[in-house]
Amino acid sequence: MSISATDNEIINRILRGEKQLYAELVERYQNFVFTITLRYTKQREDAEEVAQDIFVKAYRSLADFRGDSKFSTWLYTIVTTSCITFLRKKKLETSSLDNERVFELADNQDSGMRANQVEQKSKFAMVNEAIKMLSPDDATIITLFYKGEQSLEEISHVLKLESNTVKVRLHRARQRLKEKMELSFVQEVKDLMD
Amino acid sequence: MNKHQNIEERLWDYIDGNSNEAEMSFIKQLIQSNDEWKLKYAELLEVHQMMHIHIELDEPSMRFRQNVMEAIAVNLIAPATKSYINKKIIWGIGFFFITMILGLIIYGFSQINWETTNTNSRFKVDFNKVDWSLFFNNTYTNLFLMINVVLGLMLLDMYLSKKKVEKTQDLS
Repeated sequence: MSISATDNEIINRILRGEKQLYAELVERYQNFVFTITLRYTKQREDAEEVAQDIFVKAYRSLADFRGDSKFSTWLYTIVTTSCITFLRKKKLETSSLDNERVFELADNQDSGMRANQVEQKSKFAMVNEAIKMLSPDDATIITLFYKGEQSLEEISHVLKLESNTVKVRLHRARQRLKEKMELSFVQEVKDLMD
Repeated sequence: MNKHQNIEERLWDYIDGNSNEAEMSFIKQLIQSNDEWKLKYAELLEVHQMMHIHIELDEPSMRFRQNVMEAIAVNLIAPATKSYINKKIIWGIGFFFITMILGLIIYGFSQINWETTNTNSRFKVDFNKVDWSLFFNNTYTNLFLMINVVLGLMLLDMYLSKKKVEKTQDLS
């Protein structure tokens, strides 16, 4: 099923009783919601469970969506809150690029790369591997900005932060991603030289 | 903030379109005339474009949408919060607490002996003269606790009744 109606039109129809139309909203946002949950949980099974809960929560609270922001912005607010709650419950370690664990992770990934030297790493893989090495907060802010079609104002609403703070965090996240990619690139060249 | 960081932040603002017009044209000039700025701009622009083009969204399992639809089949859309929250009650509670706090402050100040003879203190006020026992004695404390317990039990009763009704509706 794929309809051309806007999110707000679909929501109005769902609120009037056309429950099955919710599938269209799920279809539109499932990849994005799943990607963000995966950034936090790191496990596909957990990410899928959290993402499902998010869509159920959003459905139950649909009457609270006033339409004064984009549906995606409203949904992403539920996503970040649910992910943080999940992390608190599971007491998972949220690694930051500044701490050593990430460098260990990077080393492990680099060892994996050595095993696949034949495969030329594309820019595509390099970006996505580097994102996985970022902290969930950094990865989320980059994903929201580049793939979630969210402005700095909207991201500040989602993350409940000042717009300026979001700007600084985005700058830092991009800087870290760039460093990660450079590190990965240097390692790749080194591997090819060996 | 060092010079290098400053250049990067200004360039990111330029790339994102967050700079004002004067800053935009100034940076544009710098990019054209200054090699350091030119190189940095090319570097950041490449990262920016890579992120735009190459960041990949992960996909959940094929059954994901179906699972969500099955999960919502047993759920109802909750009524909008604004439909059951009475603003007058919220304002009433706020008014009650503000009045209480103001009352206590006014009472406290009225009881202070402003003409204390203690010359060592910079403030010539004797706070020990305030008689709080009028409010914080056994009778008032017990009364306050009792009212809270009764209110708590009422809320619990309301919550359990609501749950019972929801359960009955779900079953029917």
